Amino acid sequence: MSPAAATAMQQGLQSCEGCGLLSRPMPGEDEGRPGEDEGRPGEDEGRCPRCDEELVFRKSASFQRTWAYLIGAAICYIPANVLPVLTTTTAAGAESDTIMQGVVLLWSPTGWPLSIIVLVASIMIPSAKILALAYLLVTAQRGSVANNEQRVRLYRMVELIGRWSMVDVFVDTFTAALIQLQPLMSVEPGPGLIFFAAVVVLTMLAVESFDPRLIWDSASSQAADSKEVTYA
Amino acid sequence: MQPTAPGGKLIPVLPNRNRKGPTKFDSPHIAIWRSLSELSSEAYNQPVGDHGLIACLHCDLLQRLPDLAPGASARCPRCNKELWRRREDSLNRTLALTLAAAVLYVVANSVPMLGLTIVGRDASTTVIGGAKHLWDNDQQIVAILVLFTAVIAPALQIGLMLAIVLAGRRERPPRWVGALLRHHPTTRIWSMIEVMMVGVLVALVKIADYATVIPGVALFVLWVLVFLLAAMQAAFDSREVWEKIQWADEAQRPAAGDGMAKEPA
Repeated sequence: MSPAAATAMQQGLQSCEGCGLLSRPMPGEDEGRPGEDEGRPGEDEGRCPRCDEELVFRKSASFQRTWAYLIGAAICYIPANVLPVLTTTTAAGAESDTIMQGVVLLWSPTGWPLSIIVLVASIMIPSAKILALAYLLVTAQRGSVANNEQRVRLYRMVELIGRWSMVDVFVDTFTAALIQLQPLMSVEPGPGLIFFAAVVVLTMLAVESFDPRLIWDSASSQAADSKEVTYA
Repeated sequence: MQPTAPGGKLIPVLPNRNRKGPTKFDSPHIAIWRSLSELSSEAYNQPVGDHGLIACLHCDLLQRLPDLAPGASARCPRCNKELWRRREDSLNRTLALTLAAAVLYVVANSVPMLGLTIVGRDASTTVIGGAKHLWDNDQQIVAILVLFTAVIAPALQIGLMLAIVLAGRRERPPRWVGALLRHHPTTRIWSMIEVMMVGVLVALVKIADYATVIPGVALFVLWVLVFLLAAMQAAFDSREVWEKIQWADEAQRPAAGDGMAKEPA
């Protein structure tokens, strides 16, 4: 194995997610079989000598935890889009709007850019995020070695844009807080809001529990066999 | 190793004999604390001798960080992740930006952000007011989420950064700085002031259909805060603080600090 082609795990080294320090487990701890002990939090887990973080080769139970958050998010995605997020009460009666109806209502000759912002942030980003994470999980679990660079780039994009889905939660919060002019007109948050918030939080937790190094593990072990590594 | 009594019950580890001072004067909780820290310190990993050697956190490729000029950055050759960007005068600049952000944060949360007038009636709200209204309308969980992402997480992001930078200016920053530094990225992920500001903008346009909207002082302050927080994060070089911080297992290595590079690999 040429040193340049090696990953830390192949060398029996763990890098700290807290401070980046590279260290070797003490004999008798996780030492030796990184493949078998992969990410499983053992009782004799080593800690980072610099920052005290618990060290593992790969985030513990990364696949299982990411799938769990992702399935939870996918389930919440349905009521989030079907149930109303805002209820407007005027003298003429009450009217409930789902997220999509909110996008349509916002569409006007002057307001259309904001309508697109809400459409992208509330409808497209959450669904794209769920699909992208599912794709990353399936390909990493199948040990795919194709498009590694694009896949890790996809992961970084999901990580970066995920927080923007919260836009709609804030829109509804402040619209409801301001329009309190009983009996003229009042706006109240609807039952869909909590499901929508759950989608945002669960997908963010899914992104955090996914370990992008899993994307590369099959490629790394192949490279170790053929004693070469492909660089981007 | 954790000694166990015959019944399987945990018994405290006896205080180390060669420690300075008469240990019999230790109060029980200090003795327990000492034995606990001795237990956990046994599980510390052995650092590799070469501090320039790191593994990419996105693809685990082992590599050596070059010594960078201020402003330059190093990227992973395999997955293109930015591994380190060296900042010029990082601690002083971050401190200045953090102090400014702290002042603006206090202002932003104490004055109204949005107001409206409709047929002679006024209403106004602050950020916290928005969360409180959700709480009062049986949306407690969403209220907590809004409060956390718009108020608490930004406060932690600023507060922790202030503590890290102030303590990081010392010759050997104490260990607790490491604990704060380790958790700081989490506060950064959940602090969503910029997202809130886009949400406020959309709400503003929605409301403008029905009423005259009066932008509050906090609205402008928050926009400045968005850019200040981004600048604060960009000015900060965590590696600079990590390089000189006191190690968690320092008690075990008497020559730590000056002898770190000589550690066996």
